[in-house]
Amino acid sequence: MKSIAELKALRDQMQAKMNVRDSEDGSIRVVVGMATCGIAAGARPVLNAFVEEINKRGLKNVTVTQTGCLGVCRLEPMVEVMMPGEEKVTYVKLTAEMVPTIVASHLVNKQVVKEYTIGAAE
Amino acid sequence: MMPELSLNILDVAKNSVTAGATLIQIGVTADTAADQLKISITDNGCGMDEQTVRRVTDPFYTTRTTRKVGLGVPFFKMAAEMTGGSFAIDSRPGEGTAVRAVFGLRHIDRMPMGDLAASFCTLLQPNPEVDFVLTYAVDDHGFTIDTREYRAVLEGLSLGEPEVLAFIAEQIREGMRECGGGV
Ligand SMILES: Nc1ncnc2c1ncn2[C@@H]1O[C@H](COP(=O)(O)OP(=O)(O)OP(=O)(O)O)[C@@H](O)[C@H]1O
Repeated sequence: MKSIAELKALRDQMQAKMNVRDSEDGSIRVVVGMATCGIAAGARPVLNAFVEEINKRGLKNVTVTQTGCLGVCRLEPMVEVMMPGEEKVTYVKLTAEMVPTIVASHLVNKQVVKEYTIGAAE
Repeated sequence: MMPELSLNILDVAKNSVTAGATLIQIGVTADTAADQLKISITDNGCGMDEQTVRRVTDPFYTTRTTRKVGLGVPFFKMAAEMTGGSFAIDSRPGEGTAVRAVFGLRHIDRMPMGDLAASFCTLLQPNPEVDFVLTYAVDDHGFTIDTREYRAVLEGLSLGEPEVLAFIAEQIREGMRECGGGV
């Protein structure tokens, strides 16, 4: 198994990076519905895809959080994206494969991926 | 129903977080000779009185119709009982809760464990201040992941950082491989 020494090395690497980005805040929020209904429908891989994709692209102004039931169980996995100065966007019936598109288009280029939103599904 | 037992673990352990637990212990133990898989989730959260335990275990038992009933615990119970196993909740208000399920290891209806590493890290991600201990064993082989040990090394860096989560996930996957591929 990986050793504690490896974790120490990782910590040192991360601390060095931290100092660079320090002041940037998580002004964009990605909220994943993780109640029983969301989890059963596949929210876990969706959440992990967001965490990985955001980290891979080095987006430091995005925080990914989890919440309970977002209200429409049949449309889970559901994710809300909140950007400062914009209306909340709700994505529905997501899979991990759809996540990179949302990250690239919406979080980076500010273009909502309309076909994945609740408006398109209803 | 949940397609993976690790998703049941995720769902049930989330209740422990909601209950204000600071330490949540997850145990997964397989005994091939006894053909048993035991899963336990133990927390030091707010606990429940007897009536709440009954209400939580059986979604159709209710004393107050205004209260919302969850399905997380009943799903877990059903998953165990379907395999000829058993289920129990032991809870004390103010002290904590232990949820224990026993599964028929090779029973045809037993759901696979699934991606336990991903489920464990999904628990850590939004709760970096809570400590989790995962104990995993198949017969004589096993390992323990204790976030308190990582915390000591991380010197204030959050357990919820993606790099740290990836490290922990990889450690769990390696550990499971060393247990003969896990269950
Ligand atoms: N470990 C625990 N400690 C204290 N209370 C608990 C614990 N587990 C469950 N409960 C109580 O039981 C309730 C129902 O739990 P259950 O998992 O069935 O549903 P839920 O997670 O609240 O909802 P959902 O099914 O929508 O996710 C909780 O809201 C809580 O009040």
